[in-house]
Amino acid sequence: MQIIEVNRLSYAYSGTLVLSNISFTIEEGDILGIIGPNGAGKTTLFSCMLGLREDYTGTIRILGEEIKKKKKSKVFKSIGYIPQKNTVDQNFPATVEEIVSLGINITGKTSNEKIALALETVGLLAQKDRRVGELSGGQQQRVLIAKAMVNDPKLLILDEPATGIDLEMQNKFYSLLKKLNQENKITIIWSSHDLDAVNRLATSVACINRSMFFHGKAYEFFENPDLLKAYSESSMQAHMHLHSHTHRG
Amino acid sequence: MVLEVLEFGFLQRALIAGVSVAITSSVIGLFLVLRRNSLFGDALSHAAFGGIAIGLATNIYPLWTGLTLSILGALGITKLRQSAKIPADATVAILLSSGLALGILLISLSGGFTLDLFSFLFGSIMLVSVEDTLTILAMTGIILSIIILLYRQLMYITFDEEQARVSGLPISKLNYLFIILASVAVIVSMRLVGILLVSSLLVIPNVTALLFNKGFKKTALISVLISIFSVVVGISISYAANLAPAGTIVLISTAAFLIVLAVRHYSKNKHIIKKLEEAKS
Repeated sequence: MQIIEVNRLSYAYSGTLVLSNISFTIEEGDILGIIGPNGAGKTTLFSCMLGLREDYTGTIRILGEEIKKKKKSKVFKSIGYIPQKNTVDQNFPATVEEIVSLGINITGKTSNEKIALALETVGLLAQKDRRVGELSGGQQQRVLIAKAMVNDPKLLILDEPATGIDLEMQNKFYSLLKKLNQENKITIIWSSHDLDAVNRLATSVACINRSMFFHGKAYEFFENPDLLKAYSESSMQAHMHLHSHTHRG
Repeated sequence: MVLEVLEFGFLQRALIAGVSVAITSSVIGLFLVLRRNSLFGDALSHAAFGGIAIGLATNIYPLWTGLTLSILGALGITKLRQSAKIPADATVAILLSSGLALGILLISLSGGFTLDLFSFLFGSIMLVSVEDTLTILAMTGIILSIIILLYRQLMYITFDEEQARVSGLPISKLNYLFIILASVAVIVSMRLVGILLVSSLLVIPNVTALLFNKGFKKTALISVLISIFSVVVGISISYAANLAPAGTIVLISTAAFLIVLAVRHYSKNKHIIKKLEEAKS
């Protein structure tokens, strides 16, 4: 079953084409790693998929429903989303349990069992009464995953979730993603700079740099030296382009 | 002696209205402080000042004209913030100074400051009538019911607006509703401490409560308790020593803030020294 189908998606911002003619599909149970350099349009792509941007061309179908046609689609309730800024304001006065409760279908009643289950899945049940600002970056990230998990999502979208987290925590985090995919049957889309992690975890890969560079099975990408070389060259060019713009700006 | 004092009707009304305002302002204030919008209360009250001047000049009940202008101004600057992408603090400055300017202009046209206007500027909790007290209680009931009903939604928007939007919350509608509630809370609070000190009731008890490092519900509860304490002690001291109630209430809450800050600083240092000594041994 297709969870997501993106067809000929293009998006322009301030006169610049940020995404051009992007098409891909995601099957149920997949872990799709989206790779691309800074400024490649990964976050913009997620914004379109989450209904945060609507002035794009092309179509996005989630669970068979075209999201632009139904603005208040219930389909978004099947998606758990972890944004790029995946730690919380240290001074925000909320306990771990209070933050996770925000993820529950907001019109529904809070369910202590659901919250406990989500916290147990991410290994933070013992910390439920602690203030979320007191936790480490890695733990805060797991709180946000528990918040996303508490609504029993079919799909988890994570925007560069490992940024700013030490190596040990990153490995724990990737193990958690694998567990969520295999035991909880959650389809995962995750953007990353870490090719090694994508190679270990992803079942398929979408490589974008404003347009689609490659989309297919992970092994097809990682076992093809020509593709890897072309990707690293294109990333280097994008990096230098971004760098020169930063200096000029 | 305390019981005898409480037999005075005006003091009873002052305490009932005061506690009621203390609860409303601290609950609304928590969301404002966490959204880094602490001065929004000031902008609302100054806009209300313009509205009150209109009411006094046209013989319409000034609280209603104040409330209307405050809500219209707040909705206007929220729209401005969203559509013209003007920074939040700049929009607050625009509303604050425009409201004040309108008030000053109308007052100069109508021949200067009156006693009524002074009571709006500096509060007049000892003069609240039975009708005022009932209006304040009703407003408090409405504000608290809506906040309790929408507590999780408002907390989510305050925590992370983007994530709240993805989860399907009607962000714009909730933001507009909150602004209307904040405007009503400011108008209600003006009776207690006046236009010039309204934001202190919204901000100081919450900043003090945040120093306790608790969760959301507990922080809200601590803030409400500090606010009630400041109002009750402030009214009592101002009555006994014949001081201005508004100034006394605000200074009591500032004193509470400084005491909590000092205790926290001391206990933090003590904790660090203990940890270092443990590590050494």
